[in-house]
Order: sequence, then structure tokens, then C-alpha cells
Amino acid sequence: MGQAIARVETAILAVLAMLMVAAVPGAALAQTSDDGQTVGGESETLGEVPQGAMPGEVVAGDTEPPAADGGYTPMAPTEGKGMPTSYEDGALKSMTFQDQYTDDGAYALWMHDSILLPVITIISLLVLGLLLYVVVRYNRKSSPVPSRTTHNTAIEVIWTIVPVIILVVIAVPSITLLARQYETPPADAVTVKAVGYQWYWGYEYPDHDVELVSNMLSDADAIANGEPAKLAVDNRMVVPAGVPLRIQTTGADVIHSFAVPSLWFKQDAVPGRLNERMVTIEEPGVYYGQCSELCGTRHAYMPIAVEAVTMPEFEAWVASQGGTMPGEEELDEEAVPVGQETGVEVDEESDDADSDIPAP
Amino acid sequence: MATTADNFAPSAGHGGDHGAHGVDDHGADHKPGFFARWFMSTNHKDIGTLYLIFAIIAGLIGGAISGIMRVELAEPGIQYLQWWAEFMGGPGDLNTALHMWNVFITAHGLIMVFFMVMPAMIGGFGNWFVPIMIGAPDMAFPRMNNVSFWLTVAGFFSLLFSLFVPGGSGPGAGVGWTVYAPLSTTGSPGPAVDFAIFALHLAGAGSILGATNFITTIFNMRAPGMTLHKMPLFVWSILVTAFLLLLALPVLAAAITMLLTDRNFGTTFFDPAGGGDPVLYQHLFWFFGHPEVYIMILPGFGMVSQIVATFSRKPVFGYLGMAYAMVAIGVVGFIVWAHHMYTVGLDVNTKMYFTAATMVIAVPTGVKIFSWVATMWGGSLEFKSPMVWALGFIFLFTVGGVTGVVLANGGIDDNLHDTYYVVAHFHYVLSMGAVFSMFAGFYYWFPKMSGRMFSEALSLIHFWLFFIGVNVIFFPQHFLGMQGMPRRYPDYAEAFTFWHEVSTFGYYITAASLIPWFVNIVYAFTAGKQAGANPWGEGATTLEWTLPSPPPYHQFETLPVIEDHHDYHDHRPETA
Repeated sequence: MGQAIARVETAILAVLAMLMVAAVPGAALAQTSDDGQTVGGESETLGEVPQGAMPGEVVAGDTEPPAADGGYTPMAPTEGKGMPTSYEDGALKSMTFQDQYTDDGAYALWMHDSILLPVITIISLLVLGLLLYVVVRYNRKSSPVPSRTTHNTAIEVIWTIVPVIILVVIAVPSITLLARQYETPPADAVTVKAVGYQWYWGYEYPDHDVELVSNMLSDADAIANGEPAKLAVDNRMVVPAGVPLRIQTTGADVIHSFAVPSLWFKQDAVPGRLNERMVTIEEPGVYYGQCSELCGTRHAYMPIAVEAVTMPEFEAWVASQGGTMPGEEELDEEAVPVGQETGVEVDEESDDADSDIPAP
Repeated sequence: MATTADNFAPSAGHGGDHGAHGVDDHGADHKPGFFARWFMSTNHKDIGTLYLIFAIIAGLIGGAISGIMRVELAEPGIQYLQWWAEFMGGPGDLNTALHMWNVFITAHGLIMVFFMVMPAMIGGFGNWFVPIMIGAPDMAFPRMNNVSFWLTVAGFFSLLFSLFVPGGSGPGAGVGWTVYAPLSTTGSPGPAVDFAIFALHLAGAGSILGATNFITTIFNMRAPGMTLHKMPLFVWSILVTAFLLLLALPVLAAAITMLLTDRNFGTTFFDPAGGGDPVLYQHLFWFFGHPEVYIMILPGFGMVSQIVATFSRKPVFGYLGMAYAMVAIGVVGFIVWAHHMYTVGLDVNTKMYFTAATMVIAVPTGVKIFSWVATMWGGSLEFKSPMVWALGFIFLFTVGGVTGVVLANGGIDDNLHDTYYVVAHFHYVLSMGAVFSMFAGFYYWFPKMSGRMFSEALSLIHFWLFFIGVNVIFFPQHFLGMQGMPRRYPDYAEAFTFWHEVSTFGYYITAASLIPWFVNIVYAFTAGKQAGANPWGEGATTLEWTLPSPPPYHQFETLPVIEDHHDYHDHRPETA
């Protein structure tokens, strides 16, 4: 049954893909998988993705996210991972940071939880304690005659020097964190360029010849997919886990900001600038984020979903998008005619890809 | 006895009868008619009163807008914005509704900053009490004082007008109080943003004139013997604030003028297509914007210092440290602006510098907090309502300050920037810091300004409701921010619902707390006891308490003299 649906669906997508190829020359590639099915590349570069053709609608009612393209299946998000936690699902968890899935994020979270939070809590309680003490000890009843003390050099020096020492203690890990966050990505890092538009994200993979547009799903579609409403998108930014990513951001119209809380990542997408930062996502998963710079009317409705997958799955996804892995280029430039057999290995590997996911 | 600074200022009163302190109240207290008095006023106390009334009205409008926002945010989804969009004269579709949201956040921010906090603190309390506290008859430029006030009013009307003209997807300017380009240039067609920018021009011009007026007054019109190091800390705070205004506001004026020319005359200062840079606008804006946050809090520091000393019956501890801590905060406040821009793509070294510089501000701020505690230490504390508000200020400002230390870390801020954590932080320092100090100042000086006593019970009810309310609003917003809830969102993921509900509940408490405040004002004017010259007892030692309540229309026709035996604390003539 599932096979049959997948077939119908791939057929529909194939037709669509051909229309796209006609409409946008060079924008989509059609490929054939090993069992002879024609698999279409998804639409690219165009702002409006034809929502009617989304797999979720074709198999409405089916709980399993269907395989849209040969070898790539959108990952089901894990509850509480890469997304905010509600008070009902965990009171304490809803009052602090999301769990972190990058090294730098873990370091930042450690710095906050082990240094900053204790320090600010102690200082606040110290001031509160001092206030309560003077209120009790030096109220008019207990202390009818005020002292005339107005200076005490020793204590003034102490309350200047001690905060300086505390700040130095904070500054050391803080500067370390900054240095870590700004490490230069290696030459073979996977480059993804996130372009902010009013009001959606475009993701370009210049080394993989992949471009896609990512719009928010309606609440109903998100819930049908088993994803959090207002965070789920139609086309996720798919990246490999465990390898350095070079995230570039820029804005097409106004300033947007590419932010994913569970990756401790936020970088503005400024028109006329290309910001770049390296990030390495530790394990596969779906990590949600939201635009974090006021960008106009639908600012709240351009979420970000990063799907980190294993490298074979990523290769399958790239193939499903009609792209190529770096180094495959010579092969693919000749492999344009529809029906030629390419991408065989990719599909075989991705079939049992789930078992390749390293344990967290 | 006159110091160098006094010699600098040839004032008519100098060399007069140094023995005659205080009031000259012999029948010369002629007041002009109603229109001339309130619309053409040159009297610093009347202008101060006008500023306070204006700030209360603007604050109620800004506070009502925050109510609209909190009610909308109580649940995910868009509940009421369509209605508001129709109410404001636009079509009630979703885009207009979402645009209305951006208009509300913009109006709330601009109103609260430029038309509530600044007019109340500087225009209101500053105008009222700086001349009196330094023993001057009025401000240096009384008619310019009037211009300052009416420019502020004109700016407010320009901002209100912007709500009713097209601004993109609907009426009003929906660009945030920061007015970032290119959203505010190519991103916002229609005249609304122009009117909002013009509002800032007018209010800014008014503030620059006010700042020059205060600087001139404080430097030139201090009573004989009132050296800079004997000035009350409130005057110090206004002096530092005035310098911040004078140096920061022209930069804002330049930045928003460039916005206007980008919008209307084809320049491309902030448009990369013409060689401009949107980030340049942010540098200019925050070069103004960061000193601006100290502009909003320094006068509060000054008021709290006066109040804590008064109700502890003890001079301020570490007076010079307190005064120069404010100077230090003002100076350092000019070199930390880019900590508002950690995510724009700054260079790593730049972020390290701004991280370190920003944390430095915690040191003078800590000096102030500890000095207030030390002022109370060994004192004889009386918990009249101004003191209770001041105590609330010290604690809540500390809480807001320490989250500032968290945000100062560029690497940590990557996750918190533009989230509700930031919203919680700056509301703790402003909506609690600044507002608590203003209520403290209001209750402290209300008897002096009106001549009537308010009800102590009502003011304490006001305090406790407000204290609980604002904490219930803003403390949970730290949680939302850490979980990733972005600011300036009318709608959000289901997971954020609970803490938003709590926050909205806190708004109702806060709004209810204003009722005893208004009842109290009505009570004071109808049934309040006469205040007398000094309702606060022997702790109240600055010059305003040597005058009757309310003070005569023109005070100090014979200047008071600060003798050598007077210190920074006690300026009363009768003290030996």
C-alpha cells in the first residue's frame, strides 16, 4: 500500500518536475533511481512553492511521512529536542535554555549555568539580604539615632575591586567562547547560504547546486505532520550532522536574522552583507528556529527548520534536490539526459540509513 | 566663599545679603492668567507640572498599548489584532492585523522612552527641583524651557498622527522603536514612518534645548557657596544626563535625517544598492541609543539617593563616589553601543572589546547599589511610601542589572539577542528601575509640588500591587527568552503559552495598581492635609524643604547662601 502511494506520488512529482524544467530551464534535474522510477527535483529559486503538490497532502491521513523523493524522507522531529518545551511537558525545562546540540552551544550553556547564573543569583540574593537586614536592623524603632558615617575607604575599595574580580572571572570563559564561535571553517566545510526574504527563507548550497525555498506550514499541516505549529516548514534546511557547516546569511530585502536556539546560533541576514559562521551539529535531528530581527508584517511567520542527517542521507537528499556532491561534477555534467542511471549508490545507502545514525 | 565655578557665573544675586536664606514671600507672588500661565509659561515649576501631566497622559497611552499587546499574547494565534486593524481604519485582514502589531510595539517603545520617561524625569522632576535644589530662582533660559516642552508635545502629536496615515500593510509605522533601515526605508512605503521620524526630530530638539538649559543653569546659577561638590546628587544626575543628551541626540538626529533623505530624496546612506550600509544606521542609532538608556535611569539614581538619605536621616554614603560613578557610567555608556548589535556580523575582536567594555559598567553601578545600602546602614529608617518605592527600585534594578551582565557576553548573547530575555532585562531596568524611581520621586515631592499630603495607605497598596504585578509580567519573560521566544512576535508556538498567560495575568495586576494611585491623587487634592514646608522630618535637608509647600511662584528672590559649615548633605540655613 505504502509502495503504491509512493509510486503515485513520485509520478505526480515527476510530471511537476518536468513542468518546472520547462518553466525554469536548468533549475531542476530529473533523475532515475535504480528501479526505473523517474524522480523529480523539487522546485527551486521560485518564491512560491506549489503547496498543492506537497507530499503531506497527497497522503493525508497517513501517519508515516512519505518518501517524497528517492531515498530522502523528511525526519520526524523528536519531542523536546530542537524545539521549545512547554510548561506542561516539563516545568523546569520550560524555564531555561533548550538542550544544546553543538560544542559551542554546550560550552555557552555550561558557562551560563555554572558561572553566570550562580553569580547573578548570589548577587541578587546578597542585595536582597542586605536590604532586608537594614530594614530589620536599622528601622526607626531599632535604631532611633542615626550614625553619621559617610565614608569608609576600605569598604569602598572592596566593593570596587571585588566586582572587578568577578567580572574578570566571567570574562575569561566569555572571551574563550567568542574565540571558539569564530573559528574559521575548514575548506571542505559544507556551505549553506540562508537568504532572508519577506517572509520566508531561501537556502542555497553553492557547492551542491541546490537551492530551495522554505515557507511556514499552516497550523493544520504542521500538526498533521506531527510538528510544532509556527515552527514547521515545507522544505527544511537539510545538512549533514557531525561535519563543519559554513552558514552564510544575507538579506534580500530587509534585515532578517537566522536563529536556532538549540544550536546557540543567531546571525543577522543583512542586505548587502554576507555574514558567515561555522557550526557543527553534533547529532541528527530537527532543530527549529525563528526569524529574530523585525522584518515587517509576517515577521513571526518565517520559521527555520534545520534537519541534520547522516552524510549518506545528506547525499541522498542532495540527489533528490537535483544537486550533486562536490567532486561528482564531471560525472553529472554529462548525466543530463533523463533516464540515465545515476545516483544508484545513494539510494541503496539511504534505504537503511536509519541504522547509520550514531547513538547520541 | 564663592568658588571658581561661582566666579564663572556673574549672577545678579551674588554679593547680596548672604544672611537671608530661603523664601522671599512678601506679596510679590503674582501669577499670570490661566492661558498665559499654562500655554506661554516661562516658570520652571509650571513647566515641570506640564511635563509631569504630559508624561502621565503619554504613559497611560503607552501602558494601554502594552495592555493590547499582553492580551493578544495571552494565547497563541491572532485574536484581537484584526479588530484593532479595523478600529484604526484599515481593512481587517491578516496582513493589516499583523502590521498593527508592529505599529503597537513601535508606538509603545517610542511613547514610553521619549514621551513618558524622559519628560517625567528630566522635564518634570528636573525642571521642578534642579533650580530649587541649587538655590536658583528659575532655569537659565525660561522661554527656551517653554519651547522644549511644546516641541515635545508637538512630537507626540506627530507620532499619534502617524498612526492614522498609511505605513505599508496598514496605517501606522511598524518599524520598531529602533527604526532600523532598510525596513524603515524601502520596507515601509507611505508617510507614517516619516511622521514617526519627525516626532523623534521634534522630541529630540526639545531635549537638546532642555539639556543646554540644564547645563547652563547648573553651571551658572548655583547659589553662593553651592559648589559642585556640595550639589545634591539629583542635580548631579541631571547634569550628567544633560551632557549625555547633548552629545547623543545630535547623532540620532543625523541618523534619522539620513533615513528621511533615503526615504524621500533618493540618497542611499543605508542602501547597499547605492553603496550604503544598513549596519551604519545601527551604529549611529545605538551610539545614541545606549547613552539613552542611561539618560532614562540616571535621574532615577539621583532621586533614589535623595530619598534614601532623607528617610535614613543620614547623609548619602560615599557622596563623591556616587557622583563620579554617575559620571563614569555616562562616559563608559558612550563606548559600549555595539553590544546591541552582537548578531549583525561584527568582527570577533570587536565583539570581545564590546563584551569587556560593557561589563565594566557593572562596576560603577555596583558602587551605587552598595552605597545606597551603606547609606541605610546605621541609619534610622522610616518606611514612608517614597522610601518603600526606593527600596523596590534598588532590588529590582539589581535584578535587571545582573541580567545585563549575562547579556553583555557576546557569545552568550548569540542565543538571547532579540528574545524575551532582553525584553525582561530592559523592562526590569526601565519599567521597574526607572518607573519605580519615578513613583518614588512622585510620592517624595508630591507634597512639595501640591502642598497636600496623599494617603500613605493608598500609596502602599499602589506599591505592593505594582511590585507584584510587574514581577509577574516580566520575570517569566526570562524563561520565555531562554527557551527561544523571539521578541516583537504577535503569535508563537504552543510551547510558550503558559508563561505568556502568566505574564498577561501580571499585566492585569499592574493595571489595577494604578487605580489606588489615581484615587490617591484625587484624595490628596480634595481631602489631603496641608503638607507644610517639610513633611519628611529632619532627614529632608535639601533646599526645596526650606520653602513652603507649594513653593512661591518665584522663589529665592534673595539667594540662599551655602556657608562653609554646610556639607553636601545639609543645606538648611538654620543648621549650625
